[in-house]
Amino acid sequence: MEERMATHAEQTTPHSSGKATAALILGWLIPGAGHVLLGKWVRGVLIFASIVIMFSIGIALQGKVYAPNMGDLLDMLGFAGNLGAGGLYLLARMMGWGAQAVQIAVADYGTKFIVVAGLLNVIAAVDAHSLANGRKAAA
Amino acid sequence: MMLSHFSAVLLFALCVSVVFGITQRTEPRKMALFAGYCFILFVGGTIIASWVMWLIKR
Repeated sequence: MEERMATHAEQTTPHSSGKATAALILGWLIPGAGHVLLGKWVRGVLIFASIVIMFSIGIALQGKVYAPNMGDLLDMLGFAGNLGAGGLYLLARMMGWGAQAVQIAVADYGTKFIVVAGLLNVIAAVDAHSLANGRKAAA
Repeated sequence: MMLSHFSAVLLFALCVSVVFGITQRTEPRKMALFAGYCFILFVGGTIIASWVMWLIKR
């Protein structure tokens, strides 16, 4: 019984707050990197693949990459969603990927793919943070 | 790149379901089950909505 409790305690022992913060920031910058930092390689690779594929499809469909703006509310929300992709968004801005405006029908799909990739990346980064600080049980 | 509406739905559902499964459950088996559940709901919901729109148009 004690052995089982010790094993459970080892599994759920929270990491230092520094590691939790690192998992959050690294997970935001590179999709899945927060999980990899915590030793969850398979989860990290799956998250990386899913988010990068979604973001890439969005760019390939000529989806809009939002710039910082104080204009229309939906444009501001679009920027917030894009920013969630972290390093991918910064890379897209630096390389000039994506379109400035939606010009073809499928580009609207592309815009949604890019925004959702960013939002999923935020969820994944927060999940890595929760795993690191013990809020979520590590299986 | 050109995608049909349905292939876009399949890719979207697959990627989102994987991330939902990993982040919303704690055990690997439950993650896989939840990812499958989300995938079916995404694709099934889209097909049902498509048929509803088809019926409205008629």
